Amino acid sequence: MLTIGRALHDKIVAHARADHPDEACGVIAGPASTGRPERFIPMTNAERSPTFYRFDSTEQFQVWKEMEERDEEPVVIYHSHTATEAYPSRTDISYASEPGAHYVLVSTRDPERTGFRSFLIMDGVVTEEEVRICADADRADISGPE
Amino acid sequence: MAIEVRIPTILRNYTGGAKSVEGTGATLGELLADIDGRHPGLSERIADGSGLRRFVNVYLNDEDVRFLGGLETSVSDGDTVTVLPAVAGG
Repeated sequence: MLTIGRALHDKIVAHARADHPDEACGVIAGPASTGRPERFIPMTNAERSPTFYRFDSTEQFQVWKEMEERDEEPVVIYHSHTATEAYPSRTDISYASEPGAHYVLVSTRDPERTGFRSFLIMDGVVTEEEVRICADADRADISGPE
Repeated sequence: MAIEVRIPTILRNYTGGAKSVEGTGATLGELLADIDGRHPGLSERIADGSGLRRFVNVYLNDEDVRFLGGLETSVSDGDTVTVLPAVAGG
């Protein structure tokens, strides 16, 4: 199951809507081994395409280096589908390369309703998981004072 | 001295779980051949006969080697090579 704060959920949806009809993509980093998505990092889709996405390689290097320095992991990797449902495509499955990540798919096909689903993709096998969106106030463990 | 090669999670089954390995060579291609001698199969996941695989990013220090010389890029002792799978899909 993916548990994600309302504010992070809304940021992903807003990014996907802003880049529509091109695919939007990004990462939510979280402390290593906790599985908690905390830090929103929108990425540049180097392909700028309605049917494909690829993180800009130089930006990816900087972000991955920063995560390592902060002892974080890519907890969520998200991207949008702008004309199809929020389900991993064949290319999504074949290029999935972070076996520990939650792959979030957002569909902006319908202007009124945004699809938002999460999957584990490991060795070519896709497993959908439940998404629990929690009120940000519930996350006192991460938003409270140090 | 040697060249450090940082290995992403998805390829650590070739390195016994190690996050980085060391090797030598004058070019990236030679370096990959050198580490493949101790970690058979690893180099093939990064490059094939025609060059770097399309969905693998390789960086020399902090620069994508596609903007340098690909497999012909010169490397030297003290450099760090980082391998990251591209994050991509449709």
